Amino acid sequence: MSAPKDIHAYLAEFEDIPGTRVFTAARARQGYHLNQFAMSLMKPENRERWKADEAAYLAGWPLSEDQKQEVLARDYNRLLDLGGNIYFLSKIFSTDGLSFVQAVSTMTGASVEEYQAMMNAGGRSPEGVRSKGEGR
Amino acid sequence: MARITAGVGSSHVPLLGVAHDQKKDRDAYFAPIFAGFDWTREWEKAAKPDVVILVYNDHASAFDMKVIPTFAIGCGERYNPADEGWGPRQVPDVIGHPDLAWHVAQSLILDEFDMTIINEMDVDHGLTVPLSMMFGDVSEWPVKVVPLAVNVVTYPPPSGNRCWALGEAIARAVASFPEDLNVQIWGTGGMSHQLQGPRAGLINREWDTMFMDGLVGDSDHLRRIPHIEYLRETGSEGIEMVMWLIMRGALGPGTRLLHRHYHVPCSNTAIGHIILEPKP
Repeated sequence: MSAPKDIHAYLAEFEDIPGTRVFTAARARQGYHLNQFAMSLMKPENRERWKADEAAYLAGWPLSEDQKQEVLARDYNRLLDLGGNIYFLSKIFSTDGLSFVQAVSTMTGASVEEYQAMMNAGGRSPEGVRSKGEGR
Repeated sequence: MARITAGVGSSHVPLLGVAHDQKKDRDAYFAPIFAGFDWTREWEKAAKPDVVILVYNDHASAFDMKVIPTFAIGCGERYNPADEGWGPRQVPDVIGHPDLAWHVAQSLILDEFDMTIINEMDVDHGLTVPLSMMFGDVSEWPVKVVPLAVNVVTYPPPSGNRCWALGEAIARAVASFPEDLNVQIWGTGGMSHQLQGPRAGLINREWDTMFMDGLVGDSDHLRRIPHIEYLRETGSEGIEMVMWLIMRGALGPGTRLLHRHYHVPCSNTAIGHIILEPKP
């Protein structure tokens, strides 16, 4: 019924959505250690070690050099490209003391104030950002 | 005989837990949201459910990437609020109903829904925020809870149709439980929101309204909405709304609307909730 039969067609459609990285199996595989590293920050003792020396903490995880660099730079769009998932990445920005609104706004090119103003005015319209191919 | 007497669909935005716990719920920003739940809290006091089957998703709290169950049912005695990175919420522990949960789990598996069974886990905002919204500030939750966790993070999540059918199977399972229990089923998450990428902040009031309209009455067209439509129209995290369809499926062929409420924004999210009864 609502389930697509062809996994290839199902996955291909996701690439047509503007400004969005759907957390597919391919991203989950690429980002496995990145997300598990982020998850480790759930424990207070790990947060202490992380805050004391981020690079040293990362050295203990089998992340790619790119992933390590973008974690240190807090470039969340790049981290999504490298297999990060937002619920896992939220452990990093929560440890930084950022709210979801503050962290999420950094991915949109807007300042926190502009982003908050957009949300208070009803959010981002889906008009024009549903499909790259169809431009709707 | 146990019976499902009502269904609730509700957002579970973590910021609502913060507002509730810090008593900011009547501040200018939060008042229009919490005011929508005033009716619901009074209704819950009168409805007095014994058990809530609470459909939600874990947000990298109890489950990490090691194990990703599609449908998991909590059969334990109790669940503690999770430490999501800033200490656990100071809300009561969640008390399970292992007799009903195990009965439902066994019945579902015989009914060809291959559930994962959980005996121990912590529960995050996805489960505790709806409890706070429905019951307010209480020293203990007035219901037992059967947690039902759905994977809506790693693709593919279950289809809307599968969620609806699971709801139907849950209703059959509850109806064959011999004890006289007043059971509600809640589907949580949503509504439109996207927490990632340049398109973050997407809200679609028109689509959310269509979705809430579709939960009321005799139609089952919502079960056929494909994942791609949720993604395009409601943002990447709007997919959580498939969990509302488990609730809707459990209410049977027709529903009657008791209450609904919708407000934008709460944090990055459109917040909505709806109270439904099965049509006799």
